Amino acid sequence: MIAIVQYNAGNTGSVQNALTRLGYESIITDDTDTICSADKVILPGVGQARAAMQQLQQKGIADIIPTLTQPVLGICLGLQLLCKSSSEGRINCLGIFDCAVKRFPTGQIVPHTGWNTLEEMKGLLFSSIERLKPDVYFVHSYYAQPCSATVAICNYILPFSAALQKDNFYATQFHPEKSSGIGEIILKNFLTL
Amino acid sequence: MLKKRIIPCLDIKNGRTVKGVNFLQLRDAGDPVKLAEEYTRQGADELAFLDISATTEQRKTLIPLVEHIARRINIPFTVGGGINSVEDAANLIRAGADKISINSAAVRRPDLITEIASRFGSQCVVVALDIRLTKGQWEVYIDGGTKNTGYNAMHWSMQAERLGAGELLLTSMGHDGTKNGFALEITEQIAGLVSIPVIASGGAGNTIHFQELFEKTNASAALAAGIFHFRELSIYELKIFLKDKQIPIR
Repeated sequence: MIAIVQYNAGNTGSVQNALTRLGYESIITDDTDTICSADKVILPGVGQARAAMQQLQQKGIADIIPTLTQPVLGICLGLQLLCKSSSEGRINCLGIFDCAVKRFPTGQIVPHTGWNTLEEMKGLLFSSIERLKPDVYFVHSYYAQPCSATVAICNYILPFSAALQKDNFYATQFHPEKSSGIGEIILKNFLTL
Repeated sequence: MLKKRIIPCLDIKNGRTVKGVNFLQLRDAGDPVKLAEEYTRQGADELAFLDISATTEQRKTLIPLVEHIARRINIPFTVGGGINSVEDAANLIRAGADKISINSAAVRRPDLITEIASRFGSQCVVVALDIRLTKGQWEVYIDGGTKNTGYNAMHWSMQAERLGAGELLLTSMGHDGTKNGFALEITEQIAGLVSIPVIASGGAGNTIHFQELFEKTNASAALAAGIFHFRELSIYELKIFLKDKQIPIR
């Protein structure tokens, strides 16, 4: 069973729809036991980092995520919450990835909204598509700086981490569940880990 | 490189897709679920869905229809029409909408923009403006284009951004359904004023209109309906044309 973590205002429905289309059963849950015993865990997210972190802390989920040993996928805000800190609300996050999340500089069009190109892809998330330069769907105002865990880069105003991976933790700044066929390949790569 | 988006729009009334001219003379344009699937196949970058039903009774069909479409498409999905509260927005997001488009309700109560943005994030809030050149000034109309607010389109755009809008959807009523091209000047003026993405809508009649929009303005996306519904142009053909003209297109 795949657990989709429910907190605050994530787009859990969209993620579940995508898994269903791919033929995977999932459960949307905030129950820590269910999350711990799931085969895979997805931490989706839209919304604000501070409010989301508070929700994760109140529900006791913030404590268990770093202890999980099964594959975990953070999406969009989910990626940012797995980083060390976020300048959105000046908060400490879960600290899986050793990089900081910052806001795109002002004076440019923000949020970064639309389809943009993945580069320098590596690792299991991008199996079979490493050699392509696919476009995937982004919508975000904050970004994770490139770091040792970066497994894909995207350029918008500046280069940022489009995907991160460390041990059993995977994360995408883009929305694979909204990125058409290429997104489905990436999700499937995660689901078959 | 960030690509320019092509967004087909389904105007929905009583569960069917409709399309008019200058917001009037509505005619049936087919089953919204079938159109949504077809546009996704053709390479649409996003799908917009605007409920233009006038009554609460007619609106009851909305949530199941949104759920139905959301289950079938794998691209971003924007839903608008009759959203008056954070609760309305929450229900649609739960049903599978990725973004919420608000129009008249935001003009009547601008705080609604901030309320939805602070719960779901600015990236979730599209503020739609129906505008018309009225006595030399671009003014904002509400209630499906039936009521002139007298608000200046540029001022309202900037205010919407300040209040937390993540995107603006600009529809020129005078161009809507005419197939004479987008309202380039006002689109460029507003895109130059705000630092959030601007979606241009109204007037698309051929491939060159899209080319002009992306070459002459800073619009991030083009939204069109009739030209796609009535099979005058497929999204696939349009994208091949624009790529050939060196416009960044997925």
